Amino acid sequence: MNNLSFWILPFAFALLLSTLFMPGGGPAGGWTMYPPLSLQGDSVAYVVFAVHLMGISSIMGAINIIATILNMRAPGMDLLKMPVFVWSWLITAFLLIAVMPVLAGAVTMLLTDKYFGTSFFNAAGGGDPVLFQHIFWFFGHPEVYIMILPAFGLVSEIIPTFARKPIFGYKAMVFAIASIAFLSFIVWAHHMFAVGLPLGGEIFFMYATMLIAVPTGVKVFNWVSTMWGGSMTFETPMLWAIAFVILFTIGGFSGLMLALAPADFQYHDSYFVVAHFHYVLVTGAIFAIIAGSYYWLPKWTGRMYSETWGKIHFWSSVISVNVLFFPQHFLGLAGMPRRIPDYNVAFANFNMISSIGGFWFGASQLIFLGVIIHTVWFSKKKATDRVWEGAKGLEWTVPSPAPFHTFDVPPIINDDELAHGHTDD
Amino acid sequence: MGHQQDAYFVPSKSYWPIVAAVVMFVTVFGAAHWLNAQPGEEFFGSTTLKIGVAGILLMFFGWFRSVIRESLAGSYNSQVDRSFRMGMMWFIFSEVMFFGAFFGALFYARMYSVPWLGGEGHGVLTHQFLWSDYAAAWGANGGGGPDRIGGSFQTVAAWGLPLLNTLILLTSSVTITIAHHALKAGHRGKILVFLGLTVLLGATFLYFQAHEYIEAYRQLNLTLQSGVYGSTFFMLTGFHGMHVTLGTIMLAVIWLRCAKGHFSKDHHFGFEAVAWYWHFVDVVWLGLFMFVYIL
Repeated sequence: MNNLSFWILPFAFALLLSTLFMPGGGPAGGWTMYPPLSLQGDSVAYVVFAVHLMGISSIMGAINIIATILNMRAPGMDLLKMPVFVWSWLITAFLLIAVMPVLAGAVTMLLTDKYFGTSFFNAAGGGDPVLFQHIFWFFGHPEVYIMILPAFGLVSEIIPTFARKPIFGYKAMVFAIASIAFLSFIVWAHHMFAVGLPLGGEIFFMYATMLIAVPTGVKVFNWVSTMWGGSMTFETPMLWAIAFVILFTIGGFSGLMLALAPADFQYHDSYFVVAHFHYVLVTGAIFAIIAGSYYWLPKWTGRMYSETWGKIHFWSSVISVNVLFFPQHFLGLAGMPRRIPDYNVAFANFNMISSIGGFWFGASQLIFLGVIIHTVWFSKKKATDRVWEGAKGLEWTVPSPAPFHTFDVPPIINDDELAHGHTDD
Repeated sequence: MGHQQDAYFVPSKSYWPIVAAVVMFVTVFGAAHWLNAQPGEEFFGSTTLKIGVAGILLMFFGWFRSVIRESLAGSYNSQVDRSFRMGMMWFIFSEVMFFGAFFGALFYARMYSVPWLGGEGHGVLTHQFLWSDYAAAWGANGGGGPDRIGGSFQTVAAWGLPLLNTLILLTSSVTITIAHHALKAGHRGKILVFLGLTVLLGATFLYFQAHEYIEAYRQLNLTLQSGVYGSTFFMLTGFHGMHVTLGTIMLAVIWLRCAKGHFSKDHHFGFEAVAWYWHFVDVVWLGLFMFVYIL
């Protein structure tokens, strides 16, 4: 089933991308597919079916992850002894199963509205285009946590390793992930403050959204406390993880500003929003993924990467990404709207700075590509089993690279091997 | 139980996943092409769609055949059995959420968008400027929307066929439970009778539903195009009907497998999975009967 969910993806992407080469061009409505704009053009059916395929793929992958985590743990690996990364995946998989079918329903309604004459999103037939936004964001908000929760998990593995301390507040970390996931279901309309919601809705969604800052704050506090007093070393994965904590927090704060409904009427659909979600997804999710890649690369390949080039990659990226996205805050506050091909010349300077940062950041990733190619084919330095001095967890007890079908029989769990130490203390 | 309980089950290599991905792609590509085709040019799309659907059927047949063989060969230990159970439960949960989207659309249309168009709450200006003569009401013609999209129509009465269908599905839930108890007790004859009855009840339900649709189209002028009322009515009952069809087919397969003696007293996950699915379909119908037909 996992294999199928993997194989579906290239076909689904091909279906989606093929619309770019068709008469009428790609999908009109952007990734949010708001009707009535998205109902223009002939690509609707392709987009809808591509979303269906990807949904099937996600749901199957998620079911697999849940069944594996709940059912196939080694004896002695209690739920509250699992690595935080595994917890984050369990909860992410739950979110996926809960919301992907809802998206499938929403795009199915788009399909029937376009081709079979239904009126879900047509006011003349008693429907409402805003209905699509409600259903879409009921999917869409949990979806953004689907992207960030595994990143939280990655960082929660890396920081304890290089701080050489168990993670601070393990249970609090797990409960924080769970409460973020729960809250994600009741905050969707904060994407729609400017659409004309009833006042009660605005107020409810504003407060519910601000509540999310609490568990997120718990996580940031715990990462910092894990580092506090640790004997830290700054290998490349750790640098990325620390940059994640700092820059993600910036994205979190701008999110808090956006959560205020009255203020959001000003920020809505401006570059401020663009800056916000790039700080949480690029310097958040992607930085964590890169951190994770450096962290496990020796385990995957059996060879060490070049620490020097890894650090060059890090510093080049972390500076350029701020050149890229930080000016967008100013652009947004000054009133530059999103999604326009042309803009007032007053915004030209900041856009120029942002563009320079963009090309620079993109070019920096070529270094990453080079580091990986070097590691896989040319690196002379073999990785040890443990790789990192402070690394805890099952994967560091097997050879690098891990053997095919890593464990034929369930391994024995030694509590001292867990990333967060004993849980009963 | 060919394997030791404490070893992981590692399935053998299989081509079915990539075959499945290819046929799914062919199906939806054909469907999309067909939907966009000009009149007279449907041939390419519809043929591709048919090839894809045939491929999917073959794929399901082949994949399930190899799963059944593995199961009969005793390759699945109790851990695999638990994984299957969880997988089925989470699959049903995803189906619940899928129907949830459509029920959500129904409630939104009834509670918000139609009354707003009629001038309630913050819809007052829309009402005044665009459709000041529109009186919002659900069903009858109010659900057709201010522009009477789809023309005048009448709704299906709840206490005729829909009530009968409710009773049919509820009875089928009872018969499948009796069959399950018979399976646990090991009475094969009784299983076959009651499982067969369940299949027949499912088929009867589908027959009546088709009858209801034809009547709605021909006599009540209630169609998929009848504004948001028609949209929600047909999409909800239609998706439910598709699930009943699938459930009936699965029940029929299970009946054949029972007849061949594939299931034992304590090793019959396939039966239970289908039974769960059937109960889920039943519960969705109760929701439909309540919110689509009665209220």
